[in-house]
Amino acid sequence: MSLSAPTHGGMPGGILQRLMRTPGLRRLRGSRALLVGLLLLATVVAVALSAGLLYPGDPRDMAGPAGTWPGIDARFSLGTDMLGRDMAAAMAHSAGTSLTVGIAAAALALLVGIAAGVLAGYFGGAVDDVLMRISELFQTMPSLLFTIILVVILGPTTASISFAIGITAWPQIARLVRAEAVRVRRLDYVDAAVTLGMGHGRIVLLHVLPNSLAPVVVAASILVAQAILSDASLSFLGLGDPNGMSWGSMVGAGRPMLRTAWYMTALPGGAIFLTVMGFMLIGNGLNDLLNPRTPVR
Amino acid sequence: MPTSLRYVFRRLVQALPMAFAIVLLNFLLLKLTPGDLADVIAGESGSATPEFMENLRRLYGLDIPVHLQFLNYIQGILHFDLGYSFRQGMPVGELILERLPATILLSLTAILFALLIGVLLGVVAARSRGSLLDEAISVVSTMGFATPLFWVGLMLIVLFSIELRWLPSAGMVTVGADYRGRWDEWLDIGRHLVLPAVTLSLFFLSIYVRITRSAMLEVYGLDFVRTARAKGLTEARVVIRHVLRNALLPIVTVTGLQLGAIFGGTVVVETVFGWPGLGRLAQEAVFSRDVNLLLGIFLCSSFIVIVVNLAVDLLYAALDPRVEVRQ
Repeated sequence: MSLSAPTHGGMPGGILQRLMRTPGLRRLRGSRALLVGLLLLATVVAVALSAGLLYPGDPRDMAGPAGTWPGIDARFSLGTDMLGRDMAAAMAHSAGTSLTVGIAAAALALLVGIAAGVLAGYFGGAVDDVLMRISELFQTMPSLLFTIILVVILGPTTASISFAIGITAWPQIARLVRAEAVRVRRLDYVDAAVTLGMGHGRIVLLHVLPNSLAPVVVAASILVAQAILSDASLSFLGLGDPNGMSWGSMVGAGRPMLRTAWYMTALPGGAIFLTVMGFMLIGNGLNDLLNPRTPVR
Repeated sequence: MPTSLRYVFRRLVQALPMAFAIVLLNFLLLKLTPGDLADVIAGESGSATPEFMENLRRLYGLDIPVHLQFLNYIQGILHFDLGYSFRQGMPVGELILERLPATILLSLTAILFALLIGVLLGVVAARSRGSLLDEAISVVSTMGFATPLFWVGLMLIVLFSIELRWLPSAGMVTVGADYRGRWDEWLDIGRHLVLPAVTLSLFFLSIYVRITRSAMLEVYGLDFVRTARAKGLTEARVVIRHVLRNALLPIVTVTGLQLGAIFGGTVVVETVFGWPGLGRLAQEAVFSRDVNLLLGIFLCSSFIVIVVNLAVDLLYAALDPRVEVRQ
């Protein structure tokens, strides 16, 4: 047991150590993006969690006169849509859907990507070749089209949408993790583990995996951002879960009213933008903190 | 010459398994779809006795083992026979060929626009590294990544079509227009092209800004740039002839790699602007749950990505003699 956990570079400890080493100025700059991002995310999460309390009842019920512009009626701070439903209530209830799909899809992509990356990087050879060719295949094909086809075939549910988005997003993670795993494989402590007679399974799980995860931290939040955007596109195209509400489908529904009531499209679209921006800023901020020398991607 | 020919040959051989994998994936998706062709036809015709269904399955080769069906499928693709769209009442292949030119026009315009503005902004950001301008460009390019394209498109319509009335909001030509010559028609298409092309270019613009900036900063520090300066060349000449020219190589590569993403973008953007291309066709297919048509579009666009990337690789080798040696 004393040999199994290297004290340097492991997940949580490693990040903290790197944080400590970051020069003050860079830390300030990085944390500004991080701070704004966290603030945006915290707001969205708070709204998603308190939607039921703030706006009790079904947000799909008619609440007032149709097509009320924001700021006209105090009861409807963000106005009402063409069916007289409260925009603010609908948007608050949609926040949870976006976050759920975004995080579930990212989690799937991380799981597949990390597994494929570590295996390819550690074993090399034929395993590496096959896994990398598959990841190239996924990077070549138009992923939104593939996602659309999967959702059409499986039927639009929150689960199938998350699956379809996540299964196209893993190659970028696999490539990041693979590069790290290739580096780690050559380090002394892996040699030491081999000498001690440890099996591949233990070496991969205890040594290679934890030490290959650092770049994933930044990528994960960008991944959630991309997944939320894909989900929004799907619901805009009419492929959202018909039982749930989402910002993307609200934009789609508001489209015929663009001429007379553009706030019905502008508001939910703005919510997508702010949420995605939150995750992007967190990713950029973390990148500045963890890799002070590399430019933000 | 033989070495470069060998390189061309090797790239071709590498592209083939990819094309095969795409075809296989397409076939698997087709088999995964609930209900086969016989169900579709029976559903359209409204009569479905078991004998009728059996006849249909025999007619379309659905009663033979799956691996033989796959061979038939490949044979069909080699003849550009992608099946029939019962919803559109046309062969899938013909539908795609009909819509492809509009998508190519839109994508090329968007890529060119993104390239022009993106490279310009990237150069400006790199030249003023660390300044407020650099920061501002970086923030704007992050926003470009974070904005849903369909929303940008709709907001542009609100501003430029509804409020300002400068540009048309939908379609590729004015309905019922009476053109007085070629120029008139092109001008009309051009006016319809502006908003969708700008919308589609946004995502790529952000990528180009970042790549140009980092590539420029990388090249700036190299010896040959110092030599160029020491020769007394003007700064503009150093930037354009020496720095930018080297920075362009990663830009070419990324354009090829992101082509799949641009097809995804066209689905959304063409839907917003009613642009009569492949993306709009895909949206129509989604709407009528026409999986056969969707798979045809998926197959064709994947092949286009493979072919263009092959061309990019070859172009790259022609531009940069080092590539061949490295391989």
